[in-house]
Amino acid sequence: MLERMEITVDDLRHLVSERALTGETMLLNMGPQHPSTHGVLRLLLELDGEVIVNCIPDIGFLHTGIEKNMEAKNYIKATVMTDRMDYLNTVGNNLAYALAVEKLLGIDDIPERAQIIRVLLAELQRIASHLVWLGTHALDLAAMSVFLYCFREREMILEIMEMVSGQRMMTTYIRPGGLWRDVPPGFADAVRRFVDYFPARIDQYEALLTENPLFIQRTKGIGVLRREDAIAHGATGPILRGSGIKYDIRKARPYSGYETYDFEIPVRPEGDVYARYLVRMEEMRQSLKIIRQALDRLEKTEGQPVRTANRKFVPPPKSELAHSMEALIHHFKYWTEGFHAPKGAVYAAVESPRGELGFYIEGNGGPQPQRIHARTPSFANLQLLPLMAKGHMVSDLVAIIGSIDIVLGDVDR
Amino acid sequence: MDAYLTDVVIPTLQQRLAAAPQIFRDEVSFVVPPERLLEAARLLRDELDFDALLDLTAVDYWPDGQPRFHVVYQFYSYTHNVAVRVRVPVAEDAAEVPSLVAWYPSANWYEREVWDMFGIRFTGHPDLRRILMPYDWVGHPLRKDYPLGYEEPQFTFNFDDIERRKPRPRA
Repeated sequence: MLERMEITVDDLRHLVSERALTGETMLLNMGPQHPSTHGVLRLLLELDGEVIVNCIPDIGFLHTGIEKNMEAKNYIKATVMTDRMDYLNTVGNNLAYALAVEKLLGIDDIPERAQIIRVLLAELQRIASHLVWLGTHALDLAAMSVFLYCFREREMILEIMEMVSGQRMMTTYIRPGGLWRDVPPGFADAVRRFVDYFPARIDQYEALLTENPLFIQRTKGIGVLRREDAIAHGATGPILRGSGIKYDIRKARPYSGYETYDFEIPVRPEGDVYARYLVRMEEMRQSLKIIRQALDRLEKTEGQPVRTANRKFVPPPKSELAHSMEALIHHFKYWTEGFHAPKGAVYAAVESPRGELGFYIEGNGGPQPQRIHARTPSFANLQLLPLMAKGHMVSDLVAIIGSIDIVLGDVDR
Repeated sequence: MDAYLTDVVIPTLQQRLAAAPQIFRDEVSFVVPPERLLEAARLLRDELDFDALLDLTAVDYWPDGQPRFHVVYQFYSYTHNVAVRVRVPVAEDAAEVPSLVAWYPSANWYEREVWDMFGIRFTGHPDLRRILMPYDWVGHPLRKDYPLGYEEPQFTFNFDDIERRKPRPRA
């Protein structure tokens, strides 16, 4: 047996208070296998009674080397890796990656229909992701029924995802240059059914939670994050908006035609768990508003292409392969070597349900990227946990983790 | 491109840091040597209103690149809605960059990640431990000379066996 190195309190001396060294406060390990940490997050807590003096997050249990894997593939094959990062926002991850690759390649003729479908699916996915957040967050705070309702509605969205891509979660539907293919017949009807059904369900969740005194007691004034801290610590998404900053990438740096949709950015000034709850609930309503507009546009663009016209970056239609030599060459080159990207670095970001999801891609002139880095929102947002948790009870920590809405696949990549 | 970027940020940085802007796909980046990074951060935060450091990562140009690494900073200004990138070249034998944690607290975990993945040290970082890999890991996985290998799950009964065959970076 090889000698194993152990981490002792001495190695963490700079992170805990003096009182921990004399045994006056207690060090408690929470996780990685703990239901309220929403995955494999380990927290080392320094406790004075039940009050948190210090909180030291330990991440990396779900690290799978996705960035390294993507760098070893060509740009097309790396697309499938993006699904696996934030497994609640797979379409959004595809979109962020596709936008970054398109920016690097200089593709600017993504057809309107593809953009509409991208927006529509990204907003559906946002609702699905928020439903998982709401269900598990409420479950952590002992509201069992909300969890069951949320997963019932999420199932409808996953069925729509399965309809368009054949997969419930790992869709790989949005690809550099456009989409995999057009949406199937019956797609618009399925989405419309959901859009008509869902508003009453949001009212139902709100009836269960928003005015619920138990829920309010557990969330109001808990985990308060000041505006300046949120910016300095790199928080994005609902956490930033819950701290009173009206900032959304869909408005500030619009992509895929978001500037043409009519929607509001919900903001709350309080900065506590309850404010983040209200922001996300309103975001679901705004997403529905965007989906309704996208559905109307979808009808008007029936039959239009969903991929760029440049055959160097997208596969040619199968029907052309039998009689066009050029299409056959494009097909062969695309699926074997892939396309070459120029030297240079780009950064493209989208508003994921959790915040700013950005891809930093550096091309080296060949078919494989020199570097792909995913700026994931959960990683940056989780950094704020020690700051927010200090001085609260252990049970409040559960509420705070839930309100950050971390996905450990997104944190660890 | 935003007027604030072209009229204020680029000329100021160009003049104060003596660095030429590189513009690619409407994104601006500046190459700044490690010893002037703190000066650049102070200039960006206090004078040019770049209040957030949104992303920090590194790129490895092994085997041909000279110097081997670039550390890449993505600064963003909420006030003016503009972004600017700063690239810091770092040689392999002196892989050290001043830490920005005191200026931008968000740099904390990102610098730990770069140390973990690339082996670039950040001087003045309050807590430079590995973050994603296990604390006793050898090597830095995102370096280009680190093999992308298959790894067998390690249990107590086959620990020694696997420990011997584990992929290691080439010396």
